[in-house]
Amino acid sequence: MSEYPSNLADPLKEANEPTSAVARFGRDTPLLMDCGVALDHWQIAYQTYGTLNEARSNAILVCHALTGDQHVASRNPITGKGGWWTSMIGSGKPIDTDRFFVICANVIGGCTGTTGPASTNPENGQPWGLAFPMVTIRDMVRAQRHLIDSLHIETLFCVAGGSMGGMQVLQWAASYPDRVFSALPLATAAKHSAQNIAFHEVGRQAVMADPEWRGGRYLEEGTRPSKGLSVARMGAHITYLSEAALHRKFGRKLQDREAPTFSFDADFQVESYLRYQGLSFVERFDANSYLYVTRAMDYFDLAADHDGVLAKAFTGTKTRFCVASFTSDWLFPTADSRAIVHALNAAGASVSFVELESDKGHDAFLLEEPNLFATTRGFIGAAARARGL
Amino acid sequence: MTQPDLHTNRIDLKLVAEMVAPGSRVLDVGCGDGQLLSLLAETRNVDARGIELSREGVAGCVTRGLSVIQGDADTDLFEYPDDSFDYVILSQTIQATRNPRLVLEQMLRIGRRAIVSFPNFGHWRMRGQVFFLGRMPVTDALPYSWWDTPNIHFCTIRDFVTLCDTIGAEKERAVALDAAGGRVGVSAPWWLWNLFGAQAVFLLKRPGQT
Repeated sequence: MSEYPSNLADPLKEANEPTSAVARFGRDTPLLMDCGVALDHWQIAYQTYGTLNEARSNAILVCHALTGDQHVASRNPITGKGGWWTSMIGSGKPIDTDRFFVICANVIGGCTGTTGPASTNPENGQPWGLAFPMVTIRDMVRAQRHLIDSLHIETLFCVAGGSMGGMQVLQWAASYPDRVFSALPLATAAKHSAQNIAFHEVGRQAVMADPEWRGGRYLEEGTRPSKGLSVARMGAHITYLSEAALHRKFGRKLQDREAPTFSFDADFQVESYLRYQGLSFVERFDANSYLYVTRAMDYFDLAADHDGVLAKAFTGTKTRFCVASFTSDWLFPTADSRAIVHALNAAGASVSFVELESDKGHDAFLLEEPNLFATTRGFIGAAARARGL
Repeated sequence: MTQPDLHTNRIDLKLVAEMVAPGSRVLDVGCGDGQLLSLLAETRNVDARGIELSREGVAGCVTRGLSVIQGDADTDLFEYPDDSFDYVILSQTIQATRNPRLVLEQMLRIGRRAIVSFPNFGHWRMRGQVFFLGRMPVTDALPYSWWDTPNIHFCTIRDFVTLCDTIGAEKERAVALDAAGGRVGVSAPWWLWNLFGAQAVFLLKRPGQT
């Protein structure tokens, strides 16, 4: 992992000195975390697109998913690839950067420039590793709130995101209802299900079973738990797809061969694809960060913070919501979105909900889905009219 | 973007809209493509919400900026607290519900008023098709054959009045429209409405509701 093509950024360097804007916070602005730690000397890396208007009323915060980053609509310096949601965000796109000021920040606990386990602990000059305090979705949102404060934005016109990003959207609406004019939580849930916690645990155990993980001290010891993290990614990647999508893409087709080799080579295309997904992931993502961020999702249960009644999280809210799910998403199924919608209805909130037809599984929210684009465009457009934008 | 047709020639929609006080909170159950909601939002300045079963209908509504959720009148009204809305509207939908009585009771629970419009199966043309042709009626307004119709609970105006009486719903207003969209005489007896009303619109409230 020591040599990188000259045009790509070193992920280790990006963790502390990212190719992004960075807001740094010192002892006077600690991040008060759910685990009880007050984190001082922390930073948040972010990208912005478009122009903030004079009234500072056209800002859209986009929250990224588990393995996402702040490079939502521009080249990722680590991979050299385009942003992860360029179909949704850009000039003339459903989230139109000609009209709106789009902000996307790396989450706390992440590894692309916001403080996390791969960052350097200022107290000892070593990587934080497992000494980094445990992170929650609410901590991620608190950190983003500090960023929004520092940008002197009082009310976000919209907070949008899918999957773990959608969890942050819901948390934003619950924690800071007066600062969120509209909310677009996609393919998400108000709590992480037992099945999803189980999948995450398999991934974490794969990382920790890799001897190169070194009890979380691999950065100091100059190793990488690449095999473990790669297996974790392979397993997780299956959950982002659907049987129909896998069948359409690969079926039982063989990889560059006429017949099975009677070995454990990647005979099937689907095996080869997953191995590639695993290998490319470890090039860009920190293993400890994967442990922390998956854990944050596991801990998420918005109702638990409100006497077990989800509707109470949204009592009196003025925020306009648009919730969407996908028919083939079995990781965050439609029932999870319906639970959110029912709670919002019970709270008297303005909410739209649509289950979109797609056979692409959970990943559908990131892909070319014309119905999602039309829904987003309609919702954002109506909210903008209501906001006088 | 499709602009809502505010000069709708759907006389029943105009009639429903007339019954809604400006600035109120409205839930349209089975809102379709949002035609009535758009009309209400634009002409009555209401806080308009909708429920629609079809994915295409919801997507269309959201695309034109309405607050509509994909849901089912038979199952999703239970989630709303009492008196959530000033009006809960069921426009040309009651005949497609599995349990019309339960739906109507839920509407009267979550709304201070319920507005129900429905096609009258007792209209003379309907009766005529059954009587003279011996066939289930098919009309321009109800174009389905018996085997593909979503309408599983047809009723006549008199049947509907009986249901209202059974659940103790008070009839605040009732209007019947003939096939040409004209109003059947207000003081006419029920049997005349039942024969000449092609459709009816009822404004209901639960007993004691102010």
